[in-house]
Amino acid sequence: MQLDIAFIIEKVLLISVILLGSLGIAMYATWAERKVAAVMQDRRGPNRAGFMGLLQPMADGLKLFFKEEIIPDRSTRFLFILGPALAMLTAVMTSAVVPWGPDIVTENGVISLQVADINIGILFIFGVVSLGVYGVMLGGWASNNKFSLLSSIRAASQAISYELAMGLSLVAMLMMTGSLSLREIVEQQHGFWDAGYFTWNFFKQPLGFFIFLVCAFAELNRAPFDLPECESELNMGYHQEYSSMKLGFYLFAEYINLFISSTVIATLFFGGYNFPFMDEVAASVSPILFAIICVLTLLTKAICIILFFMFIRWTLPRFRYDQLMRLGWKSLIPLALVNMVITGAVILWVIK
Amino acid sequence: MKLTNRSAQVNRDPMTFGEKIYLPAIAKGLSITVGHIFKKKATVQYPEEKRPFSPVFRGLHVLNRDEQGRERCTACGLCALACPAEAITMEAAERKAGEENIYREEKYAAKYEINMLRCIFCGLCEEACPKDAVYLSETVMPTNYTRESFIYKKDDLLIPHPHKQESK
Repeated sequence: MQLDIAFIIEKVLLISVILLGSLGIAMYATWAERKVAAVMQDRRGPNRAGFMGLLQPMADGLKLFFKEEIIPDRSTRFLFILGPALAMLTAVMTSAVVPWGPDIVTENGVISLQVADINIGILFIFGVVSLGVYGVMLGGWASNNKFSLLSSIRAASQAISYELAMGLSLVAMLMMTGSLSLREIVEQQHGFWDAGYFTWNFFKQPLGFFIFLVCAFAELNRAPFDLPECESELNMGYHQEYSSMKLGFYLFAEYINLFISSTVIATLFFGGYNFPFMDEVAASVSPILFAIICVLTLLTKAICIILFFMFIRWTLPRFRYDQLMRLGWKSLIPLALVNMVITGAVILWVIK
Repeated sequence: MKLTNRSAQVNRDPMTFGEKIYLPAIAKGLSITVGHIFKKKATVQYPEEKRPFSPVFRGLHVLNRDEQGRERCTACGLCALACPAEAITMEAAERKAGEENIYREEKYAAKYEINMLRCIFCGLCEEACPKDAVYLSETVMPTNYTRESFIYKKDDLLIPHPHKQESK
């Protein structure tokens, strides 16, 4: 097999752009979170560092970098460092299979705006997200602190419980799409209206979307399911012993996860980079400009979902642990199963 | 037994289906929080924008002069006596010949100190003063790093001379 230099350069460029982009968006997600919190509480939020406080994330990042790095004496050193590294790694790895835009067809060839179009894209995302539990679990265990351990066990059980319902809710959707590749799922949602019905999966699977959304809240450890962080009961949760940039990695990984899962939700349910009247737009502008418009569409959708996540965070109080488990096991999983059965019946008797 | 009319009976009915699925409650909560986007912000942008003080606000002390620029204080000690926090100390001295344009009376305060860390800004010194010498201004006490800097000397307290400003 011959080594294709141009291909490698293209992919490396794409990966770096996506990596830096998601880091940047995650940074500004912290800023947005504080602004949203402020607005909902009739405050102003960060507004001193730069215009509208836009330099605040940089200041926060610098602060984390310059703080003292403490590794507890009795901790398992290697795992203690591996924890945040794994959290960060799994957070950015999911972005590999997201199709950011349509292929750009030029005279020199086709440039794909997706790092890897693997035919099991959704399974890959699920696998990587499950790996994320290791980051939490290792961090909590290696800290050699009872509170961290309790909290990380709780976080792990929460993540595993909600992954079940999440997977089941997606099964119903996959029965309709017939493909696990994210690229193909997006292509099927082309445009907005086709053959007398909406093309976006949200309109085909509203219940599935709802279950997926609730599970995404739980997977992201965000309010109202932010039990892993539990400031009130278990001190700080699994990252209590962490300081400096290792803590920063945990917090940052959470925001990257937030961004990536918003993109995945947009891709799966809201048509990814598709928008109404896209064929007319594609016919009138150059392919590169069209690709940029598509990427911006996807980002806009993702940002709207991020904002929704934030609105919910500042609206709902945290669930109790037993409520969380009851919701996951006794409500969402049966609901997802019922959704699956209904979808199967519809596919079997109504559509065909 | 009902003591006031303000108590409300807790509703202990089993939850209805609408309450159990929790979604209407989420929608209601969201409408409240999203509504707050359009509310007026309560923040006062402090250094740029200052809230007006109340007319009876009591801030840093000043030592007053009379119309000819002479110090009014005669070091009678009534302010120190009135002070509930014991923040004021002073030392009296006798006016020499030729100092009539500096001190109004025959006796004056050679040393006058207020410990601003002890002061509770009650204004009793202002009320006690028979010579209208000590006043509480509208200046908020500035912060500092050392305890010594909070002991305000006579130089810090005296208002500038009305006829020879800019002479420093």
